[in-house]
Amino acid sequence: MFKTLGLVLVMGFFGVSLSYAQSTILNVSYDPTREFYKDYNKLFQAHWKKVSGQTVNVRQSHGGSGKQGRSIIDGLEADVATLALGYDIDSLYDQRHLIPQNWQKRLPNNSSPYTSTIVFVVRKGNPKHVRDWDDLVRPGIVVITPNPKTSGGARWNYLAAWGYALKKWKSEPKAKVFVKALYKNIPVLDSGARGSTTTFSERKLGDVLVAWENEAYLLINELGSDKYEIVVPSISIVAEPPVTVVDKNVDKHNTRKVSEAYLTYLYSKEGQELAVKHYFRPQDKKIAAKYSGKFRSIKLFKIESLFGSWQKAQKTHFSDNGVFDQIYAK
Amino acid sequence: MMNLLKITRTKTESRFVQGLLIGVALFYLFLLLFLPIFLILVSALKKGFPMYVQALRDPETWVAIKLSLLVAIVAVPLNVIFGLFAAWAITKYAFRGKSLLLALIDLPLSISPVISGMIFVLLFGANGFLASFLAAHNIRVIFAVPGIILATLFVTFPYVAREVIPVMKAQGKDEEEAAMTLGANGFQIFTKVTLPNIRWGLFYGVVLCNARAMGEFGAVSVVSGHIRGVTTTLPLHVEILYNEYAFAAAFSVASLFIGLALFTLVLKHIVGFRLKREGLK
Repeated sequence: MFKTLGLVLVMGFFGVSLSYAQSTILNVSYDPTREFYKDYNKLFQAHWKKVSGQTVNVRQSHGGSGKQGRSIIDGLEADVATLALGYDIDSLYDQRHLIPQNWQKRLPNNSSPYTSTIVFVVRKGNPKHVRDWDDLVRPGIVVITPNPKTSGGARWNYLAAWGYALKKWKSEPKAKVFVKALYKNIPVLDSGARGSTTTFSERKLGDVLVAWENEAYLLINELGSDKYEIVVPSISIVAEPPVTVVDKNVDKHNTRKVSEAYLTYLYSKEGQELAVKHYFRPQDKKIAAKYSGKFRSIKLFKIESLFGSWQKAQKTHFSDNGVFDQIYAK
Repeated sequence: MMNLLKITRTKTESRFVQGLLIGVALFYLFLLLFLPIFLILVSALKKGFPMYVQALRDPETWVAIKLSLLVAIVAVPLNVIFGLFAAWAITKYAFRGKSLLLALIDLPLSISPVISGMIFVLLFGANGFLASFLAAHNIRVIFAVPGIILATLFVTFPYVAREVIPVMKAQGKDEEEAAMTLGANGFQIFTKVTLPNIRWGLFYGVVLCNARAMGEFGAVSVVSGHIRGVTTTLPLHVEILYNEYAFAAAFSVASLFIGLALFTLVLKHIVGFRLKREGLK
């Protein structure tokens, strides 16, 4: 009895005291954007102060993209969602109508202010001679990538591998055999991209880390180019991590204006340059030209060209009993 | 009898076997306990003592420390109240379903903390059982401090009850009944007779409960939402730092837990010693 009473008191107290002040927004993001948004928040705070005179406080939450989307659906009151792929944001509409169905049309470039791609990280000197996707299925090669069920990056990795196989053999069954062989070489599936990176670097497990390009560069910058090197495969996927305002939450918090400004500023010259600094590929053509030397040129394909849409790809490959479940079942 | 047993045992085993057993035990302790603690301290001080202090003075670390303290300050007293009530009911009264109640108290110890966290998402989440009520009153539980406290309460509630019940049982009802015949009221009986008898058991329970409340990771991780500097308790903060390659900072914060653990250990020993003495009395 007393316990319940106490709980009610505590709940009432914090429920009220923790309500957001108007100038605080929460950005729920995926794993490898931690460092980028840390810097971007500062940049945007200064910008917002200049244009509106208001001080805005941006809070961050990071984790595997699927898990983060799930948290928003369960009630994590994100003002903006900046996740790893469109499908995870689609579920905000599918599950709870937190955003309109056409959310991805609201901002330029499929609402993706920056893109990335999937590359390999190997240990210095590339002792296992990993050059392309084919090498990942060789017996004895240990590959590290997170779990496609919870991680957005992992789904891009999977689709990049599938796309390579499909383009090479022009046959779905052959692509399935290839990807199955690839997942045979993966000893552990972490729940997010950052977990896999630490598995590869700190636990020193695996010969190849399949990773976001920006995560690969971060790993090299943080932990030393004397230990790792990047291998660029012959073909890879354009990974578009989209952004959106979470309409139901911004209307509740009365933060729509600042949240929308937060996202559109990502497309500005300053936002794009910062994205480049963190090894995301910019959408702005001028800035892309200016920094063309910073990114390796890779033959890239878009998800729409091989899989139709994220909805279709998700349904075929990652839903329960989808292709991933079939190939990963031992 | 015990002594006799001991003597025959030492006589049947050679010195070699004795030494081997002791050696194995010590090696095991070294491997699993001392080495990790030592490595945490080494990693924490890798970048020098000033960096160590700086990591502890980081604003987000402070928020995490304060939040963990707040969680413990709320959870421990509530569990003390609950533990005393439960122990009293179980030891002083005979009723149907007593063994069921005892088993239920142990429940949080036997289910995975992740599941404990999930229970609260199912109850208080936006698709949960109480969703419409919470939304109507604008109360936020999950992904906020109340959810963290609730999850911690859930995983820590057995500790006080489990420590107090055996002590209370051992004391029996005689002293309380004597006090009653002398005209003491319920409150007097509790403060003057019961509490002094169980105080060390209670204290022991509080120490264990506190250690778990501050250190809980799994259940709290599920309900926290990981909002930096807002809903990150100390263990979650350690994970975040580690995942951001701030290894020295991560281990600096982790070293706080070693401090807490050593403090708990010392208290546990003092209390254990007291308990033993009073048991002999």
